[in-house]
Amino acid sequence: MSYGTIHVFEGYLAGFRRNWRATLLTSFGLPILTLLGIGLGVGKYLTTRFDDVPYVEWIVPGLIAATAMNLAVSNSTWPVLAKHSWTGTYRTQISAPLRVRDVLAGHLAFVLFRVLISCLALLAVAATFGAIASPSALVAVPVTLLLALAFAAPTFAFSATVRSEIYFSALTRFVIMPMSLFAGVFFPVALLPEALRWLAAISPLSSGINVIRSAMQHVATPWPVFVHLGYLAAWAAAGWVLAHRRFRRRLIR
Amino acid sequence: MTLRDLAVVRRLRTTGTLSTLVARRNVAALGTGAWLVLLTGFLEPLLYLLSIGVGLGAVIHRIPVAPGLSVDYPAFVAPAMLASYAMSSALAETTFVFVGRLRYLRVYDAILSTPVRPIEIALGELGWATVRVGAYAVGFLAIVVAMGDTTPLLALAALPAVLLSAVAFGCLGILAATLVRDWRDFDAMALVQFAMFMFAATFSPIDAYPAVLRWLAQITPLYQAVTLTRAVTTNTVGWSQLINVGYLLALTAAGLWLASSRIGRLLCP
Repeated sequence: MSYGTIHVFEGYLAGFRRNWRATLLTSFGLPILTLLGIGLGVGKYLTTRFDDVPYVEWIVPGLIAATAMNLAVSNSTWPVLAKHSWTGTYRTQISAPLRVRDVLAGHLAFVLFRVLISCLALLAVAATFGAIASPSALVAVPVTLLLALAFAAPTFAFSATVRSEIYFSALTRFVIMPMSLFAGVFFPVALLPEALRWLAAISPLSSGINVIRSAMQHVATPWPVFVHLGYLAAWAAAGWVLAHRRFRRRLIR
Repeated sequence: MTLRDLAVVRRLRTTGTLSTLVARRNVAALGTGAWLVLLTGFLEPLLYLLSIGVGLGAVIHRIPVAPGLSVDYPAFVAPAMLASYAMSSALAETTFVFVGRLRYLRVYDAILSTPVRPIEIALGELGWATVRVGAYAVGFLAIVVAMGDTTPLLALAALPAVLLSAVAFGCLGILAATLVRDWRDFDAMALVQFAMFMFAATFSPIDAYPAVLRWLAQITPLYQAVTLTRAVTTNTVGWSQLINVGYLLALTAAGLWLASSRIGRLLCP
């Protein structure tokens, strides 16, 4: 990280210090309600166990990953569009001695920071449920951050391209929501029909869930761990390249 | 019929026409992209039904809905998703969107410079929200029938239950919208709404809850809407459904009465 990136990140932190309370709901409240409602409520009526783990514990890795995805996407849509088109924040930043790379990386770092907080909070809650078997569960933290980057970077590129916020509703409805419902958060992908199983397996979310689950519950991943991680890294890298190109085009004429 | 009666009838007819105009403004203001998002509105409850209901439902016991009768999990969840959707759709239209038009777009200030009165704005928005929910409900119920989770006749009978729920939540929403102070209140509302979505007998029966939680779940409007809709689609309607209907009607009346006085004070100070 260059100094420029750190300065941009610091700017976001200063803003966050004032309004962090308002963010508690999405980063913390909703996943915990889901854990109780689906995990405990519906879990009671299951006829079987997945991976020989009680259901309320089984869905913890999926919830952590899905929350990371939702946070990463929601913090990379409206805020990015607004800073390009409405408030002009990026343009202001670029007129300081900062490079496009700093503007982009600083904002991405802040999105990851938000994900990090919620991930740690959820792990703490999971620990009180006894859903954490060993300290190796902490491996989930860097994996969650990588997963978040795999979603945030391409979404930055998307948000820097579209001109209207209506596309965000479409992104959420047609991509993000189906993923959070079918990519292995609430039940194993194996329960899906053949055709959908493939679709679920190639989603970055399911790769993230698999690795986090193997770290927390010591179950084997469908592909070797490095393949899953490499796949997430590829999404992050491609997203970065695209986002950087879009940002450069919009900020430097 | 006296002259006075005639005047009342005429006034009511005008109210109807003007409310319709408020709703028609919403249609006229939609862009192309908004239409796409609007048309696929029933995708959300459907995806929940397919994921939790059918996907996870494959490994869930049959759930008792009446003494001696239990149903497959998808048939248990489907009416709950529909009622929840009536809630979230009606609330979104009457809170988030309503406040946007009230405070930021200033649409109502413009409308009130015409002969339209505050109550007609409330009724117009309410009608628009209800029509939307009704259209989605038809699409959603058709799919539930196709999946074999209820019969066509019961699905048809469920429609009024869903519409009543939508109207009740719509009235509650308009009232809430007039009380909202800033965006943080929306966050609190979203949390309450999501808590109801998780615990108001939607995904699992509330029998297993501790007594206090069970009682808390039962007094939520979503519990009433879900119980009513489920009783219809599973063909288990009994006297207790009168309580559900009465509750929702009372909510409608109280919401509308309080909201129209608040709205008048907000818009015509």
